Amino acid sequence: MDDDLVFKALADPTRRFLLDQLFERDGRTLTELESELEMTRFGVMKHLRILEDAGLVITRKAGRQKLHFLNPVPIRLIHDRWINKFAERQVSALADLKRELENDR
Amino acid sequence: MTTSTGTAATTQIYRVYIKATPQAIWDAITKPEWTARYGYTGLADYDLRPGGVYQVRATEEFKAASAAQGYGSPDLMVDGEVLEADPPRKLVTTFRMLLDPTIAAEPFTRITHEIKETGGGVCSLTLTHELDGAPLLANLVSGSLQSEGAGGGHAWILSDLKTLLETGKSFAE
Repeated sequence: MDDDLVFKALADPTRRFLLDQLFERDGRTLTELESELEMTRFGVMKHLRILEDAGLVITRKAGRQKLHFLNPVPIRLIHDRWINKFAERQVSALADLKRELENDR
Repeated sequence: MTTSTGTAATTQIYRVYIKATPQAIWDAITKPEWTARYGYTGLADYDLRPGGVYQVRATEEFKAASAAQGYGSPDLMVDGEVLEADPPRKLVTTFRMLLDPTIAAEPFTRITHEIKETGGGVCSLTLTHELDGAPLLANLVSGSLQSEGAGGGHAWILSDLKTLLETGKSFAE
């Protein structure tokens, strides 16, 4: 799977919102996802298609319904490929700092 | 229809594309010499026929590392039963995680591995985990507990498996 497709798919607030929705509750229909957005059905379908092409959403048939599932693996691969390499130390230092500050409150 | 929505919310699906043959991916999932090298590094033992036993044993290294962090590890990390084995394409097992007594008390869940050739020497590996009645295990395998040292769940395991098969080395090696 192409990293470019993943970065492009993530570079849009509506698509990130759709991923957040699926993270909260997985396996939703188009109708359910559409109800959370002020957008036409075709608009939502187009965004879902881009997420599917990037491997971030996987669809599965259940009876007459098509369910959408979040696939976090492409994001994990980017994390393991990029974040681990360049930023893990800084990220964990910041996470430690945040924890310390919040504990002090 | 009535159960589909209920089940959907408790099902997790993971897919990774790996440049390897279906047989290499199958071996990496089912053979202990491979499973000891990525993810939670357990020694998988599958009796690959319906009704066959499925177990994952902890390596000595894993037990020593767990002990060093202040909690022991049981010999068996996972137990389950093989429901369907169609090498090198499809493997269905039940699954129960035994490292934590609270999670071990949840009912058996179900994992399906599917391997498909997608062309150009690349395969897709899709892991479907049906987690009905097992919210604690669902939380663990989703990777939510990684910051607490519980590992990154299926996404982390599959990313490590891809790295191992494509580069010959896992993250830790």
